[in-house]
Amino acid sequence: MAIWNIVSPVDEKIRKKLCAGDSISLSGVIYTARDAAHKLLVEALAAGTPLPFELRGQTIYYMGPTPARPGQVIGSCGPTTSSRMDAFTPALLAAGLGAMIGKGERSAEVREALKKHHASYFVTYGGAGALLATTVRKAETIAFPELGAEAIMRLEVEDFPVIVANDTRGGDLFEEQIAKYRRR
Amino acid sequence: MREIDVKDITQAVARLAQKTNTALGDDLLEALKKARENEASPIGREALDRLIDNVRVAKTQNLPLCQDCGAPIVFLDIGQEVHFTGGDLNASIAQGIRQGYTEGYLRKSIVAQPFTKRLNTGDNTPPIIHFEIVPGDKIKIGFMPKGGGAENMSRLVMLKPGAGEQGIIDAVESTVKTAGGNACPPLVIGLGIGATAEKAMIMAKKALLRPLGWPSSDPENALLEKKVLERINKLGIGPLGMGGTVTALAVHAESRPCHFASLPLSINLQCHSARHAEVVL
Repeated sequence: MAIWNIVSPVDEKIRKKLCAGDSISLSGVIYTARDAAHKLLVEALAAGTPLPFELRGQTIYYMGPTPARPGQVIGSCGPTTSSRMDAFTPALLAAGLGAMIGKGERSAEVREALKKHHASYFVTYGGAGALLATTVRKAETIAFPELGAEAIMRLEVEDFPVIVANDTRGGDLFEEQIAKYRRR
Repeated sequence: MREIDVKDITQAVARLAQKTNTALGDDLLEALKKARENEASPIGREALDRLIDNVRVAKTQNLPLCQDCGAPIVFLDIGQEVHFTGGDLNASIAQGIRQGYTEGYLRKSIVAQPFTKRLNTGDNTPPIIHFEIVPGDKIKIGFMPKGGGAENMSRLVMLKPGAGEQGIIDAVESTVKTAGGNACPPLVIGLGIGATAEKAMIMAKKALLRPLGWPSSDPENALLEKKVLERINKLGIGPLGMGGTVTALAVHAESRPCHFASLPLSINLQCHSARHAEVVL
């Protein structure tokens, strides 16, 4: 299991080299989107209206932060459960989304779509929102401010820690690691 | 009779909301450190290291432990000698939540209408309040911010009475397995056994308030807790579902008499950031 320093958006050539279980120190730009924003993004795709950011190759982080205190870049900002976004994900992958960051397992449909579109699913540390906040250098709301914590934000991160959960060839962190420690 | 001004309740609730969201209980932190020693998986140990570090960062940087500052659940045990003055008790609790979540820069995660507009109420109200009347002239206010990820994985199972202890263990195992990493393990597992459907759910939630890992005072419950914990930690799910030997930190079971046709089992999963605190007025 390799250790990588990678820039986001993550180039397709690099995505193809990543293996489930690899650790990544991710730096660069990521966009946040949760349930409500996903619904709006997929509706925009279906209607053929422009998206609030160019999706191709980008990384989406399933996260809604706490409000920043004065002087803070962002509040606590850990991942939310990815499976709630499963229904929307294949459409976003088909439109060019390159990687996602969240927590927990994905559906069979999403795992298939990841292979088909050479995209990656990363997990980060659920419940470590304070720690993850220390890696965010810049945060700005770029769309749907009316959604509050569910608005889409553009984040610039430095050494944001993730683990490859599903790679482009069907490798699955959960399947492999859980099988290793299962005792019944 | 003793009079308590509801304004004191507002202040106490506001303080509890901020305290629980930024400082993890010592019992939890110790359990995470012990889990770190026992965890067999390197990825699992790394995850636990980060979670332990998160507790430090939250404290030093004045940040909430988790971005999900939860649905606000208030447990109010009221001594029957107490008389409330100065306003509406329910409103005073809601005001405490509003104040605590706003002044504490906590995330507001409550939407007003659950299945249509889902507009955020903007102040994390209304709280869920569980009242209980107890002897005496004091009140005990417990507060638990409950994260959506863990709550979503909770379950009520109306078992057949013949299912017995084995049926309970199997149902908890299946629930935890389905939850995988979604509920942010290592978990604290609350079980409410017996009573009726709605009461079992509240018992399971209240079981989570017990100091971590204290066995039930009922020897049969205590034995069940041990058996369930052993079984869960064989699942291999591990910290944050990334594989490992520590899937649960503790199991807390409460039981009550029930109808002879029933065996209600409520399973309330709590994440590793098992935030709760209480104060007595």
